[in-house]
Amino acid sequence: MVVANKYEMVCGLEVHVELQTKTKIFCSCTTEFGGEQNTHVCPVCLGMPGTLPVLNREVVNYAIKAGLALNCEIAEFSKFDRKNYFYPDLSKNYQTSQFDLPICGKGGLEIEVEGEKKWVGITRAHMEEDAGKLVHSGDTITTSNESSVDYNRAGVPLLEIVSEPDMRSIPEVLAYLEKLVQILEYTEVSDCRLEQGSVRFDINVSLRPMGATTLGTRTETKNLNSFSSVRRCMEYEIARQSRVLDAGEKVIQETRTWDEGQGVTLTLRSKEEAHDYRYFPEPDLAPLVIDREWVERIRKMLPELPEARRVRLQALGLSAYDTGVITQSKALSDFFDEALSSYGDAKTLANWVMGDVTRLLNTNQCNVVDSPISAPQLAELLGLIDKGTISGKIAKSVLEDMYSTGKDAEVIVKEKGLAQISDEGALLGIIDDVISANPQSVEDFRAGKDRAIGFLVGQIMKATKGQANPGLVNKLLKEKLS
Amino acid sequence: MESVSIGKSVSELHELLVHKDISSTELTKAYIDRIQAVDPDLQAYLTVLEDEAMTQAAEVDQKIAQGEALKPLEGIPMALKDNMCTEGIRTSCASKMLENFVPPYNATVTNRLRAAGTILLGKLNMDEFAMGSSTENSYFTKTRNPWNLECVPGGSSGGSAVAVAGDEAAFTLGSDTGGSIRQPAAFCGVVGMKPTYGAVSRLGLIAFASSLDQIGPFTKTVRDNALVMNAIAGYDALDSTSVPYETPDYTKFLVNDIKGLKIGIPREYFGDGIDPDVAKGIKAGIQTLIDLGAEVAECSLPHTEYAIPAYYLIATAEASSNLARYDGVRYGYRADSDDVLGMFKKTRAEGFGQEVKRRIMLGTYALSSGYYDAYYLKAQKVRTLIKQDFDKAFEKFDVLLSPTAPTPAFKFGEKSADPLAMYLSDITTVPINLAGIPAISIPAGFVNGLPIGMQLMGKAFGEGALYRVAYTFEQNTNYHSLKPNLSGEVLTCGSR
Repeated sequence: MVVANKYEMVCGLEVHVELQTKTKIFCSCTTEFGGEQNTHVCPVCLGMPGTLPVLNREVVNYAIKAGLALNCEIAEFSKFDRKNYFYPDLSKNYQTSQFDLPICGKGGLEIEVEGEKKWVGITRAHMEEDAGKLVHSGDTITTSNESSVDYNRAGVPLLEIVSEPDMRSIPEVLAYLEKLVQILEYTEVSDCRLEQGSVRFDINVSLRPMGATTLGTRTETKNLNSFSSVRRCMEYEIARQSRVLDAGEKVIQETRTWDEGQGVTLTLRSKEEAHDYRYFPEPDLAPLVIDREWVERIRKMLPELPEARRVRLQALGLSAYDTGVITQSKALSDFFDEALSSYGDAKTLANWVMGDVTRLLNTNQCNVVDSPISAPQLAELLGLIDKGTISGKIAKSVLEDMYSTGKDAEVIVKEKGLAQISDEGALLGIIDDVISANPQSVEDFRAGKDRAIGFLVGQIMKATKGQANPGLVNKLLKEKLS
Repeated sequence: MESVSIGKSVSELHELLVHKDISSTELTKAYIDRIQAVDPDLQAYLTVLEDEAMTQAAEVDQKIAQGEALKPLEGIPMALKDNMCTEGIRTSCASKMLENFVPPYNATVTNRLRAAGTILLGKLNMDEFAMGSSTENSYFTKTRNPWNLECVPGGSSGGSAVAVAGDEAAFTLGSDTGGSIRQPAAFCGVVGMKPTYGAVSRLGLIAFASSLDQIGPFTKTVRDNALVMNAIAGYDALDSTSVPYETPDYTKFLVNDIKGLKIGIPREYFGDGIDPDVAKGIKAGIQTLIDLGAEVAECSLPHTEYAIPAYYLIATAEASSNLARYDGVRYGYRADSDDVLGMFKKTRAEGFGQEVKRRIMLGTYALSSGYYDAYYLKAQKVRTLIKQDFDKAFEKFDVLLSPTAPTPAFKFGEKSADPLAMYLSDITTVPINLAGIPAISIPAGFVNGLPIGMQLMGKAFGEGALYRVAYTFEQNTNYHSLKPNLSGEVLTCGSR
């Protein structure tokens, strides 16, 4: 990104993802969110004297899965290390993490911004344990009279995904994050509930003069948990750093924190105050050896990823835009695929899914996985249109009834008598009535005014409360008038 | 007032129980009485569990009354070093930091000894957090050597060695990070085994240095030692460093025969720091083994001189991290302060003793950015070389032999003012922990009325060969059957 034509922004990200395993990384406590304070704990995650960690193999499975989906190399030999620092939310005052030999090596993913495709490199991804949570009586730890610690989250498995400093604009950063979260959701390694903190972002931002090849001094802003905070935080930080540079001063390398309320970043600690983490190999855990069969076993379990899904849907005749919208979330895309298995017209289905179905869900603030209309039910409704049982217009009102009652389309059509009139005899009588009631329109049509037929069809539909089969009405009317 | 049963070996006590010559209740009571009689002098115990022990003993007696078969350790009174977690029973690590810490769970060894039917008499004194070689670093009290009350019992498992030597328990468990079982066993004239790293679960052992710590038994005889190993050794899925292997019946190695067995004598273990009288005593022991048919030859472990610095870097580095959790937040001692950082600092300044603080600082320094390669990483490389020394030696020899400690027990205060001298006295024991191999110390004579120990070292999971040599030596000598005189008379040189 060009800032006032003077600076280029360079950004790299660290993303912490809570893995969706049932139990914690080193003990058998549940990873469930919430719960009364300090109820999802045991001697191990409380760091009691004498306790030892036992690695949850499922965490490794998830890390491999995420790594493969992010095109990363999976290390045959990796190990855990201790990251030592004192903080009350850290029950052992060290975090068991991975330092120099992480489970996932180089990878990356392709993003697209305004039609331009770009590869964003991933440096590495490593497993580690989450810390507990401080609950302050005041705003911060230093201004509070009292703080308590909730260790329910301590030991929840995390995957930290570190990108290369490859991004040059805020839209690129957001595209990367959206794509990343999308892949994590598709692979089901994380529930990706940002509002619960299951994905958290650290942003490294630096500016450099246009054309410069060396990197400027960066700041790292920690612990953001929404895309909008990322955007606002970056806008602020870019503006702040360019003001510093404009004034001829130097950007200080430091860790900053984002104040959501004030919309500013604040100094957390300077480089001089930076922790010396004194990493060393975790002696309580054996090194992790991952043979290739293990990796292949996980590879076979990988679901179809968004990119592959887009290609498949486009081959069915959907536009790039439509496939983009449908594959944005795995849940919506799964819904589409399920309906597609019993209703073959992809284009029509896409229009309904992106249109009326999405609108109904959004109006009711309902997630597609909780939709009262199931995918097979939607497929059945669309089948009724194709069979001529109901018109498209009637189908829209049936859909709303289905949403509020959960009933099948056929039941609603029957109960409300909405089936189209496709009986020629019944329609001919009505057509005759309309013709005799509108001689002027009949004359106009015969004089070559094609539009007049539309009026007559409309009158017939009105007389049948919309239930006449429009195709049949057209055909019969033309026969009568010719 | 003391029962005649006191002082007998575990296997003898088992026979008495089986034949109903004595009940577990009587036996347990006899040990409690003995503790009350001699512990005011010896100070081996930090906690005595009279009521709990008597209840457990009554349960065993009920089984006996019902005619149930007794397991080898069933009904036998024992005690644990106070760094092994016991649910509902204070586990202090002999530290002010954990003075009131009551664990919510049992160590694996606690559970296994429970399952074996043993009676827990109490918890034993030690150097604070197992850091020391004399038990002088205990926050609570100084344990005294039963052979001479003016001498240290060795450490860090001083209480465990003294309880067995002073007949205050039929057997005990200790832990050994750099010699903490073998050296006090030698100083107190009992049998002490440091098993192969990974042979006995560390779950519930309050960590000093995770890659070196190992639990092992103190006993009067080699047979007893094998019996206790049978009960505590074996894979534990809850300790990731425990090794999945099929534990042998260690008693099957107890044969009085070492003909043709190859024993190596590493010359570096008889170097400058070794007391000439100790060397002489051990050489006499070697002659005994030769006479019994062993093939003995000198060998070399060339990197031995680097073992002490490597050990004190690795052990302290791990300790600096292991002991970080004692911050006053969740359990243990907490000092009052206005803010969190102040609480951390004050809690740790007041809760830890001098030696613990010294080692935390050493280890923190060794891991610090810019020093890691020069210290910790280099020490790890030395560790590999030391391991290779042993691998090479075991290509030629079944067992290696040395003095357990360079000197007999020293006097209180003699070395505590000079930490470096204290560290150097570990020269014969720390290489074994660095290599992760097993070693046993057995009584091998006396110098100035104080016991000396012979150390036998074996291949990883080669405890069997050590038991075989130790048993044969024991069957052909009488050092293990000699007892300290605890009537108050201080023994001096020449009284034996």
